[in-house]
Amino acid sequence: MDHAATTPTHPEVLEAMKPYFSDIFGNPSSIHSFGREAKKSIDDARDNVAGFIGARSDEVIFTSGGTEADNFALEGVAYANEKKGNHIISTPVEHYAVTNCLGFLRERGFNITYVPVDSTGLVDPEDIRKAITDKTILVSVMHANNEVGTIEPIEEIGRICREKDVYFHTDAVQTFGHMPIDVKKLNVDLLSASAHKLYGPKGVGMLYVRKGTKIVPYLYGGEQEMGRRASTENVPGIVGFSKAVEIAKGEMDQLDPKLLILREELIKGILSNIEDSRLNGHQTKRLSNNVNVSIKYIEGESMLLRLDMEGIAASTGSACSSDSLEPSHVLLSIGLSPEIAHSSLRLTLGRQTTEEEIDKVLEVLPRIVSKLREMSPLKKNFGT
Amino acid sequence: MPSGYSDKVMEHFAHPRNVGVIENPSGIGKVGNPICGDIMELFIKVENNIITDAKFKTFGCGAAIATSSMVTEMVKGKTIEEALDISNKAVAEALDGLPPVKMHCSVLAEDALKAAIDDHLKKTTGKGLPGFKPHEEHE
Repeated sequence: MDHAATTPTHPEVLEAMKPYFSDIFGNPSSIHSFGREAKKSIDDARDNVAGFIGARSDEVIFTSGGTEADNFALEGVAYANEKKGNHIISTPVEHYAVTNCLGFLRERGFNITYVPVDSTGLVDPEDIRKAITDKTILVSVMHANNEVGTIEPIEEIGRICREKDVYFHTDAVQTFGHMPIDVKKLNVDLLSASAHKLYGPKGVGMLYVRKGTKIVPYLYGGEQEMGRRASTENVPGIVGFSKAVEIAKGEMDQLDPKLLILREELIKGILSNIEDSRLNGHQTKRLSNNVNVSIKYIEGESMLLRLDMEGIAASTGSACSSDSLEPSHVLLSIGLSPEIAHSSLRLTLGRQTTEEEIDKVLEVLPRIVSKLREMSPLKKNFGT
Repeated sequence: MPSGYSDKVMEHFAHPRNVGVIENPSGIGKVGNPICGDIMELFIKVENNIITDAKFKTFGCGAAIATSSMVTEMVKGKTIEEALDISNKAVAEALDGLPPVKMHCSVLAEDALKAAIDDHLKKTTGKGLPGFKPHEEHE
C-alpha cells in the first residue's frame, strides 16, 4: 500500500538486466564488439523510452533517477538562460527534488515565484500566466502530486508557456508508466521520470529535453548522453528501465481501470466506516493508485506503526514520520491545519494489489483508529 | 517508516499501560500542542504524598505513546519527591533508548509529569512547583 514510494522490480526486468552484469559488460564507449553490444542496448533503450512519450531518441537523456532529472532541468535551463532572465515559476506542492533545488537557485540570485494551489492541490493555469514576466525563463509544475495524487493541468500550462516563449518543465515521476504521456500534447520542453516507480530498478531515470532547448550539461567529462551528462552509462539500469517501459506500455490499459475501482472502494470504505475522516486531494483529477485521507484526533505515525504490525505498509504527511518535525508542505499548502496534516494517511496501490488486500485494510484500519482514538485527548468521550 | 525503535518502545506502543483518565484526579498535566503533532494529558492520584495511580491520554507518534505509557508505570508507588527525580533521560533509558529525533517525546513525558505534580501542589498548598516551566516544543 506504499507503491508511490517505490515498486518491486518486475521479474522480467531483472531477467533483462542480468546479462549486463556478466556477459555483456562492455563499456558503451569502447570501439570493440563488447563495447558496441552495450552501446546498441542503450541505443535501443533510448528509442524505446523516447517512443513511449512521443519524443525523438536524441531528446532522451538517461540520469541516475528522478531527483537528478529535476535538478538537471532546473539548473541546466537556469544557467543556460540567465542572460535572458532570472525568474522561475513553480508551485508549493512540488517534490523536494524541485523545491530544494529552487532554494539553491534562489541563493544564486534567481527569483522564484510560487503560485498557490487550491484546496485540492490544483494549480490555476491563469495564475501561471499572470506570474510570467519578461524576466521569466522557466516554469516547473509537477504532472501529478506524489502525496495527494492531484493531476495538474499540464497541457494548458504548457500552452501558456509556449505562447509566452518560456520553457516548461514537468516532474512526471508519479505518472510516467502509469498514464499515457505525449510530450507534444502536453506542450512540455522538459520532463523527468524515474524507473523504480514503474517496476524498474532504482538508480536510473531520464530527462526529456525538447530539441532546441537551451540547457547546460549536468556532468562534465566524456561524450556520453550527447555530451550533456558525462559518466559511463548505467547499462544494466538503462536496459531494466527500458524493459519496465515495455511492460508498462502493454499493461497500462488494463491496469488503470482496475486500480481506479480499487481506489474508489478504498476511499468510500474509509470515509463511510470511519467518522471524522476526509479525503485529501482532488476527487477525480487524481492518480488512479492514490488514496490520501486525514483521520481526525490521531497521529499518522502511530497509524503507520499499527498498520505495519498487521503487515500493511503505508505512509503519512505527519511530521513525526520524518526528521524535520514539520508536517508535509503539500498538506499545509492545500490549506490543511497542522493538526489535520499530522492525521494524514497515504495508501498507494500497485499492479499486484488485490481486492482482498483492500478488504483487509478496510477491516483493520477502523479497529486501529478506534484503538488510537481511545488514547487520544483530542477526541473526548470517544466510543462512549 | 521510523527506524530505530527498540523492542521495548514497540511493546509499550502496542500494549500501552494506563490509558484513560482518572475521575477527580489529584493533578492533571497537559503539555504539547496539536500543531507540533503531540499532546499528552497525564492524570495522577496522590494519597499521603504517594502517587497511587497514574493514567494518560496521548495524541502523538509511537514514541509519544510509549513514553506516556512508561512514565505512568514509573511513577506509581513513588513519593512526590521521588517522582520529581524522574528525568526524560530516565524515561528514555527505561525504554532501552529512543532515536535522537524522538527524544523530545521523553521531554514531553517528563513535562507532563511535572505539570501534573505542579497542578496537585497548587490545589493542596496553593503554590505550584518552584521554578516549573514546561519546555518549548522541539527546541
